[in-house]
Amino acid sequence: MEEIANYMYYFGGGGLILIGLYMVLAKTNLIKIILGLSFLDTGTHVLLIAIGYVRGRTAPIFSKGMAETTPVVDPVPQALVLTAIVIGVGVIALALALAIRVYRHYGTLDVRKMKGLKW
Amino acid sequence: MRKVLALLLVLAVGAGFCAVLAEIPFGEDKVDVANHYVNNGLKETGAANIVTSVVVTYRGFDTLGEVTILFIAAIGLGAVLFSEKKAGDKEKEEASLIVRTGSKLLFPFIILFGAYIFMHGHLTPGGGFQGGAVIASGFLLMYLAWPARVAGRKRFSVVESLAGLAFVAVGILGIIYGAGFLANFLPLGTRYALLSAGVIPIIYVAIGLKVGAEFAGMVGDLMGRE
Repeated sequence: MEEIANYMYYFGGGGLILIGLYMVLAKTNLIKIILGLSFLDTGTHVLLIAIGYVRGRTAPIFSKGMAETTPVVDPVPQALVLTAIVIGVGVIALALALAIRVYRHYGTLDVRKMKGLKW
Repeated sequence: MRKVLALLLVLAVGAGFCAVLAEIPFGEDKVDVANHYVNNGLKETGAANIVTSVVVTYRGFDTLGEVTILFIAAIGLGAVLFSEKKAGDKEKEEASLIVRTGSKLLFPFIILFGAYIFMHGHLTPGGGFQGGAVIASGFLLMYLAWPARVAGRKRFSVVESLAGLAFVAVGILGIIYGAGFLANFLPLGTRYALLSAGVIPIIYVAIGLKVGAEFAGMVGDLMGRE
């Protein structure tokens, strides 16, 4: 039980990644696949932030009246996630634009009915 | 069949995750790089927000690449949707009076808040990307209130390009006057003051304008369709 409590954030992030992976693999609606990509994204962010967390420390932002030796958490994963969120938004927007085009072309969002994708 | 296979693969990946993450202790100090940033960041960059000093100074080149990716995504979105511009030329319904009045009242404050976030990126939580996203949300509100008057994509493109150029120009000035590309060449100033931390506020204002214009353009491109 203690193990689960300790690794709760890992379970959360990993779980989101797995849900997203399942959605990408098993769903047939393009919009749901893109939602799965978004889940994958979010799970990765949660996992990275959880790995960078150090128990009992505060956010890596100093301010007046705060000692410069105050212990803070790892800033590197936070910086990476900050950029990854923005990239994620760009990728999702581009994917949705492509989905709009696909819908115009095939008249459906079901990947099974897109003839060009069959081999 | 497909679903069973997908589930099996997900379980396999999950098992892999468990095996790897069990080796990474939660909530413990792990890397030395972080300690260097935390212990010396304030002295070296003058930015109170260590995340900002990592994003803009220590990994500034990475951020430039990331801004480029966002730029390409925005261009790609415009290119993918471009040929449909004439197809979606329908009469658009105006939003209700409440939405129009409310968004008109809120819009300047949202822009102000976004500008505040990216100008104080080196002091408080936030920065160019977050501020840009807030500004774009203001434009999203305007698009929802006045769907017929989709504001000029061209103006967004001009702001975006100029901001991107400013970012690169600051980087090149760093080569000339400082230690290298994107290096600081301005005085660090008083700690915790708005005008401090050398080039970080300049770069973050450029990033904020660029991301804001890019997202607003993206939203406009997607709103242009049905």
